[in-house]
Amino acid sequence: MAGTGAASARQYRLAPYLLIAPGILWLLVFFVVPLVALAQTSVASSGEPWWDGYVRALGTYGTHFLRSFRYALIATVLSLLLGYPLAYVIAFRAGRLKNLLLGLVILPFFTTFLVRTFAWKTILSDGGPAVWLLQQVHLLSEGGRLLDTTLAVIGGLTYNFLPFMILPIYVSLEKIDRRLVEAAQDLYSTPLGAFRRVVMPLSLPGVFAGSLLTFIPASGDFINAELLGSPNQQMIGTVIQNQFLEVRDYPLAAALSFVLMAIITVGVMAYTKVLGTEDLG
Amino acid sequence: MRGGRLGVRILDGYAMLVLGYLFLPILVIILYSFNKPAGKFNFVWKSFSLDAWADPFRYPALVDAMVLSLRVAALSTLVAIIFGALIALALCRYNFRGSGPVSLLLVLPLTTPEVVLGSSLLALFLDFNARSGFGTIVIAHIMFSVSYVALTVRARLRGFDWTLEEAAMDLGAAPFRVFRTVTLPLIAPGIAAAAMLAFALSLDDFVITLFTAGSKLTYPLYVYGARRAAFPPQINVLATAILMTSLLVLGATVVWQQRTLRQRTGGLLHP
Repeated sequence: MAGTGAASARQYRLAPYLLIAPGILWLLVFFVVPLVALAQTSVASSGEPWWDGYVRALGTYGTHFLRSFRYALIATVLSLLLGYPLAYVIAFRAGRLKNLLLGLVILPFFTTFLVRTFAWKTILSDGGPAVWLLQQVHLLSEGGRLLDTTLAVIGGLTYNFLPFMILPIYVSLEKIDRRLVEAAQDLYSTPLGAFRRVVMPLSLPGVFAGSLLTFIPASGDFINAELLGSPNQQMIGTVIQNQFLEVRDYPLAAALSFVLMAIITVGVMAYTKVLGTEDLG
Repeated sequence: MRGGRLGVRILDGYAMLVLGYLFLPILVIILYSFNKPAGKFNFVWKSFSLDAWADPFRYPALVDAMVLSLRVAALSTLVAIIFGALIALALCRYNFRGSGPVSLLLVLPLTTPEVVLGSSLLALFLDFNARSGFGTIVIAHIMFSVSYVALTVRARLRGFDWTLEEAAMDLGAAPFRVFRTVTLPLIAPGIAAAAMLAFALSLDDFVITLFTAGSKLTYPLYVYGARRAAFPPQINVLATAILMTSLLVLGATVVWQQRTLRQRTGGLLHP
């Protein structure tokens, strides 16, 4: 490089900061500053004490919060039960089909989220194929419905965030040294024992990342509840959206957003303590 | 695996069922693009027809929404790719003070619910009396794409041998030439993958866009509004077209990457 040694050393020291500057500035201005603006809005109830928004948020919409976290938790557990075996089969058993199966897992990403959820509405509709099928095998009574039920909402949430569970688990399974599994099988003899003592512990970072990437968006989601559920399944996302864009009670809406984020942050921190890993990226 | 054969069969079958679950709505979307609905809403199957495919641009508002979505996706991807790749390069290439907080700042937008991201941006825009529209949508999309791009490119760059750059410089290559002939080819596949991801995320985004779009309509926002007024099969036609296009692009990229990989390893083995 041109210039004296000292100048180029300084250039070298500055280089990483110059490289990160545009992107990090963007994140500061349009991610961090908005959160500050949100905090300010949440305490700016005119003529009321600053905590008014929060009192109303928790007092009026406590059930919505609880319901959202309950649905998100069930959807996360279901995603794990559905996703882990699939990730395992792709990583260990698919052979040459591996890339094809991975492609199929991310295929839903290429059709719009909303259009997919509308497709579920069609599938689950009264007189639709799913209702008919379940009535034939007497799992659903005559006149029973799937649409506008808790089952439909949780099913939709599970569906929409399932790939976010599968992919991190697949990545952590893929990294496992196959010789470890073989060695374990030589020593423990049963495949199940090898899975329980070797494969599963090594895949926990994937389970950790996957469950966060499923739980967090699911708890804030409102599309599934709105399209597949009735007002009885309304989640906190609907309330926030409605208060912000329709009612325009900004302090309340901002307080709701903040409470949602605070609960999730505390939950994530506790979960990180338990499963302890920083391998989210 | 003796004795576990039946268990393994059941496992494979279970995995196929899960794939079927992932696939089902997509089949429905494609199928209903060939429907001739009885009324305004394409939610109940009536009869097979090619009408919607013969006239995909029948609804100008839908076309406008699609064009807006593509413009937003193109611009936000372009900017996010530059910002994100530079961050990834800095994180992999240099040890610098503050790299920990930078990594954290990249992950945080991904672990924040979209409704919080959207509403906080709206709070900011309201504070500054900013007019919502094309600009605010693009700003929001760049924000969430930068993280995805930086993390994707960083994952691809991990473990890369940076002494190659020094070797090229020692051999007398100018900095720009080093970048063009050594650095860029190595990071190009990661950037291509990140660009596709950012483009797809932007095209698909509904929640954050709802908060930042004002009165503008992107394709997902049009679809959302369509549940009240009319839901024509053209929505499914466009969704199917997006799916097919992305599959083509994805296939082409995979072929291209395998070819460049083969060329490069071939070059290393037979210099």
